[in-house]
Amino acid sequence: MGKKRVMVVGGGLAGLAAAMKLAELDIDVDLMSLTPVKRSHSVCAQGGINACNEQTRQLGDSEWKHFDDTVYGGDFLQHQPPVKEMADWAPRVIDLMDRLGVTFNRTHEGFLDRRRFGGTLYKRTAFAGATTGQQLLYALDEQVRRWEAAGRIKKYEFWDFLGPILDDQGECRGCVAQDLVSMEIRSFPADAVVVATGGCGLIYGRSTMSMVCTGSAVSRCFQAGAKYGNPEFVQVHPTAIPGADKLRLMSESARGEGGRVWVPRTPHDSRAPGDIPENERYYFLEERYPEYGNLVPRDIATREIFDICVNEGLSVETDKQCVYLDLTHIPVAELNRKLGGILEIYEKFQGVDPRLNPMKIFPAVHYTMGGLWADYQRTAEGGLEPGSPRNQVTNIPNLYAIGECDYQYHGGNRLGANSLLSCIFTGLFTAPGLQNLLESQSGAAAEMDASLFESERKRHQDQHDQLLRRDRGGENPYLIHQELGDVMTKAATVVRRNEQIQEAYQTVSDLEARAAKCSLSDTGNWTNQNVVFTKALQDMFPIAKAILKGALQRDECRGAHYKPEFAMPSLESTDAAGRQAEAEAWCDRFEANNEKWLKSTVVRWDGSEPDIQYEDVDTSLIEPRPRLYGLVGAEVIMEVWKARRAKQKAEKQADPNAAATVGS
Amino acid sequence: MAEEAREGRSSKDHFEVRILRQNGPGQSSYWERHRVKYEHDMNVISVLQRIAAQAETVDGKSVAPVCWDCNCLEEVCGACSMNINGRVRQACSALVDRLLEDNPSEIELQPMTKFPVIRDLMVDRSRMFRGLTRVKGWVPVDSYENMGPGPRQTRATQEVAYPLSECMSCGCCQEACPQYTKIELTRQEGESEEDFSARKNEAFDRGFVGAHAISQAMLFNSNPTGKNAAGERLDALMAEGGIQVCGNAQNCVEVCPKNIPLTTSIARAGRATTLHALKKWFDE
Ligand SMILES: Cc1cc2nc3c(=O)[nH]c(=O)nc-3n(C[C@H](O)[C@H](O)[C@H](O)COP(=O)(O)OP(=O)(O)OC[C@H]3O[C@@H](n4cnc5c(N)ncnc54)[C@H](O)[C@@H]3O)c2cc1C
Ligand code: SF4
Ligand code: SF4
Ligand code: FES
Repeated sequence: MGKKRVMVVGGGLAGLAAAMKLAELDIDVDLMSLTPVKRSHSVCAQGGINACNEQTRQLGDSEWKHFDDTVYGGDFLQHQPPVKEMADWAPRVIDLMDRLGVTFNRTHEGFLDRRRFGGTLYKRTAFAGATTGQQLLYALDEQVRRWEAAGRIKKYEFWDFLGPILDDQGECRGCVAQDLVSMEIRSFPADAVVVATGGCGLIYGRSTMSMVCTGSAVSRCFQAGAKYGNPEFVQVHPTAIPGADKLRLMSESARGEGGRVWVPRTPHDSRAPGDIPENERYYFLEERYPEYGNLVPRDIATREIFDICVNEGLSVETDKQCVYLDLTHIPVAELNRKLGGILEIYEKFQGVDPRLNPMKIFPAVHYTMGGLWADYQRTAEGGLEPGSPRNQVTNIPNLYAIGECDYQYHGGNRLGANSLLSCIFTGLFTAPGLQNLLESQSGAAAEMDASLFESERKRHQDQHDQLLRRDRGGENPYLIHQELGDVMTKAATVVRRNEQIQEAYQTVSDLEARAAKCSLSDTGNWTNQNVVFTKALQDMFPIAKAILKGALQRDECRGAHYKPEFAMPSLESTDAAGRQAEAEAWCDRFEANNEKWLKSTVVRWDGSEPDIQYEDVDTSLIEPRPRLYGLVGAEVIMEVWKARRAKQKAEKQADPNAAATVGS
Repeated sequence: MAEEAREGRSSKDHFEVRILRQNGPGQSSYWERHRVKYEHDMNVISVLQRIAAQAETVDGKSVAPVCWDCNCLEEVCGACSMNINGRVRQACSALVDRLLEDNPSEIELQPMTKFPVIRDLMVDRSRMFRGLTRVKGWVPVDSYENMGPGPRQTRATQEVAYPLSECMSCGCCQEACPQYTKIELTRQEGESEEDFSARKNEAFDRGFVGAHAISQAMLFNSNPTGKNAAGERLDALMAEGGIQVCGNAQNCVEVCPKNIPLTTSIARAGRATTLHALKKWFDE
């Protein structure tokens, strides 16, 4: 009489939140991770976590505005109900984390302190020094340990998820995984499998992500038939510290606390930065975006820094691309209190004190907005139905995706400090849905005929054995990984051009063929990291191809996806009538473009190539509007846009057959 | 300083790395030498990555890549602890330039000695996590329902708690501690996974709990809600393998990469357990 169990794959914020909530609901959980869960990638998050709060409320903020900022920042590419639900939950998530003992920074009076992050005008971001992700993760890790001690959660750390097990009806009944120490391959029957395995930055070689962020688990689900959404949307963070093994993040909070980005007006000015007078410094973000200044959304900051270095030749250094990120005007005590952790990282890895010298930074791949396609159940009010098993389920029944590895919530571009929120939120919110799912199922997976589990295990075992038996002298997986990273970084990051992407697709296909011929330098069956890496490498190709193909086909600019060929122009005319006409044309083009491209990219793997379809986006709560940060003539465009929408609305009201509900 | 160093070794285009390897638990260890091409801004992780890609020793012998543990590469996950040039530290923040400044002839890597080796530089630190369970390192909240914010806390309280909460369970403090000795068990013929793990936990629970766990106990004892289980945590610290094992050598605090005030925590725990014992004695 096997009791029902849920397998949670991944022990970052999302996986841990789901596991502890499931445990509280009296459900037995298996929790699997490549690393001890306490070492998951979420520890890297520095800046903070967003929620509307009592302070911002008094300045006019609300959950609705948080929701609005998130969809506007994401260029309207996300389905709106999940985002609305997340914004509504945000204050509760912070409260819970506070109760769990997260050492959030405090005001003098003892309330949670907040800082401002990019893409909003409110101070919504709660933080714990500059190690917010670490503190949040530890709080959840501790709760999971508590349930582990109580026997409700069983951990499988140092295990690699090899793929879901699907029955004849195509429903998920568990998964196959491999012990990274003993190399044993085993089947795990489960009544639901929750994938919470994070992003896939390693496809780009070096990124701000941790070493296990290969996307292998997601790719294995994708190859088993799960749909993948919005692959081409990959966030490049504007400020990272270039390094040989990793591009270490310099958190947006450095700008949130007043950090200023600049370059000398004279190219490669050889003076020490402190000796360059104010009027010879080009604070290009502040000059180009007076309202948001250094806190423009990430995609914009990234492109501007890229543009200053690559197109305008104003990089601080001659042999390396970088700009200054300057904190030296802020008192050292304040810096230490609010940003201590990240400043130490800079000092430790660069050997220079950022309190006294401006830091040198450049953009780096940072976050995958795209991920496994996930469903949701909408309420009449436009939120999510609590407890519905449809929330976060992939197209494969009983297989769920939460956290960074799902495609919901962030659309074309993620706002800073919204990801930790989406991870914890999806973890907590999905658990009651799983409870209902389990209750609705007739039998338990553990009671099914063992042959399904055994045959899947054997299939993976055979693949593994074959890999080990390869002849020596074949391709070297580590070198192929470097090449893959170089191609992807060149073709599919900040600025994208169709010829370049096409070429990259060819190169990646060639690399894929070569990777299939990798031979191993370790053929043993004890803690063989060589074979684990080779498998992860091979599984990078389906996702890499989906990213490239998605980017190639999407002939527009949206969020992090930028093709200069399709950029919307600034207004040029100097007289009012000319501007008006240009603005009208601009809005026509904007509407036509949305008609064509305001769609989720949804990809299936056909066995060797990605197959792309487009799905409509639920924008029924907040009507898409032009994203005009810093465009010349923005005010005129906005006026024309508003007038036009008012007119269309009036026409619709006059015609009762036009169903769409607009705005609110 | 950094600039000078950079000039100093740019003439040198390769350097040697000596690694203490071990193929599996209970097997004997052996030294192996590797040659690595020098690049700017390298750390020990990038050195190990190059070694994995080469899979060849100094004498041109093909070997399996060296095994090691890492994840974040920015000294927050605690995975990559090892002995580097004789000192326990994180491999990701060990910069090659600095190491070669100290010893231009080679870099020496060894696994930690207080934890059982799994393979090469990778060790089994499950005992550390068990230590956290032993001291009930969590806040015992009623539920995960929406109950509003936690108790208000002063900035001063947060500033004491925050440094303790940065402990990443890296194990450096145990490696340096003269009182912390290795516990290595092997699974017996016919022993089930569960039985083996229970036997291990029992052994771990008798061994010294370690500086990190003492410090975590103090962290939770100072939390307004965590306090409610303060007595149980102190009981754990007074049991076999508890705080009385600590000889106050203070090695731990010197090697902690997060500069956690371990000796302050140990002193606090010492006072708290003494009071706790007295109180229990009077209560009886
Ligand atoms: C440097 C940095 C700073 C950031 N700062 C912020 C911030 O300030 N605010 C914010 O909101 N967001 C921030 N983010 C983003 C945020 O940290 C991540 O999106 C988030 O932590 C992801 O959490 P997760 O739970 O989805 O996955 P992760 O934390 O990535 O965890 C993934 C888990 O899956 C496991 N796993 C993966 N593959 C497998 C497999 N094949 N088999 C078994 N297990 C597997 C891993 O072991 C791990 O336990 C930052 C990101 C980076 C890189
Ligand atoms: S002070 Fe105690 S815990 Fe620290 S090294 Fe000495 S004996 Fe070990
Ligand atoms: S106290 Fe310091 S040395 Fe010890 S485990 Fe924690 S971080 Fe590592
Ligand atoms: S790899 Fe995380 S601490 Fe070194």
